[in-house]
Amino acid sequence: MSIFDYFRNNKKNSAAIAKERLQIIVAHERSQRNKPDYLPKMQQELLEVIRRYVEVDQDQVEVQLDQNGNCSVLELNITLPEAR
Amino acid sequence: MAKIIVVTSGKGGVGKTTTSAAISSGLALRGHKTAVIDFDIGLRNLDIVMDCERRVVYDFVNVINGEANLRQALIKDKRCENLYILPASQTRDKDALSQEGVERVLKELDEEGFEFIICDSPAGIEHGAFMALYFADMAIVVANPEVSSVRDSDRILGILQSKSRRAENGGQVEERLLLTRYNPARVAKGEMLGVEDVEEILATKLLGVIPESESVLKASNQGVPVIHDADSNAGQAYGDAVSRLLGEEVDHRFLSVEQKGLLQRLFRRSA
Repeated sequence: MSIFDYFRNNKKNSAAIAKERLQIIVAHERSQRNKPDYLPKMQQELLEVIRRYVEVDQDQVEVQLDQNGNCSVLELNITLPEAR
Repeated sequence: MAKIIVVTSGKGGVGKTTTSAAISSGLALRGHKTAVIDFDIGLRNLDIVMDCERRVVYDFVNVINGEANLRQALIKDKRCENLYILPASQTRDKDALSQEGVERVLKELDEEGFEFIICDSPAGIEHGAFMALYFADMAIVVANPEVSSVRDSDRILGILQSKSRRAENGGQVEERLLLTRYNPARVAKGEMLGVEDVEEILATKLLGVIPESESVLKASNQGVPVIHDADSNAGQAYGDAVSRLLGEEVDHRFLSVEQKGLLQRLFRRSA
């Protein structure tokens, strides 16, 4: 970054900053919005089933739902603890 | 069929009630039989903005509970022949608005020959706001050119697209953006989001831009919807918005800084 860039960034007006911030947060929230309501509960119940067999933490289970045209893919990632 | 229009925003204080009062008055002034319903249960305010607060006998919840009939509860506007106000109740029980009850009242209004039903939504995304938008054919999303308002508007658009009756039946609520408290001078200086910016972020068709104006507070002080103030920018901008609602093509005004002439500047104080 040159010294000119520094001045240019300083010059950026607050409305442009607002627009940029809004575009990012709105895009993020829209991507969350279309997920079905049952996803958190399903994640919880899956975790309970897995826990009957292996000891895993909440944050070691990741549920991801992706949309590809007409087809939805449910991806389940479980990080198992290292074998003792 | 009556056209049901919800005036909503998510965020509070952006001008939903001002807009509901202005748009409903505007439609009535053009000869359309219009009802405006205050959905803000517990915090009724449309009545005071429309100067009928001392004429409230029965309210929306009374009608839903069968304690009064619709005709008893509707308040005829003093200024417009074709305008009727259905006030919110002051009860603190927000669940008083049942979905069946709201649907029945809307149906009765339709049978009474109302052409437009304006639903003034409470702020937030809870029950009252949900009931106000659920049956809507069209939504006027009121936003200020400011980050929290624009973000909340996007959330409300999401709810309209997934939780409304039209969405549930595979259809769509017609969405229109109304930008209020717009200050062209600050937009020109890069201190405020411009109308194109907000349109781009929300990807919603523009109904109108209401300039920031002293006449809006003056209007609510007096209980006269600002659309009656034909000399004010805000009143004229609301008039344009009503024309667009009725399908007319009207250019957007008051988007740039007014260039005052020298004489106007000199004599502004005496005017």
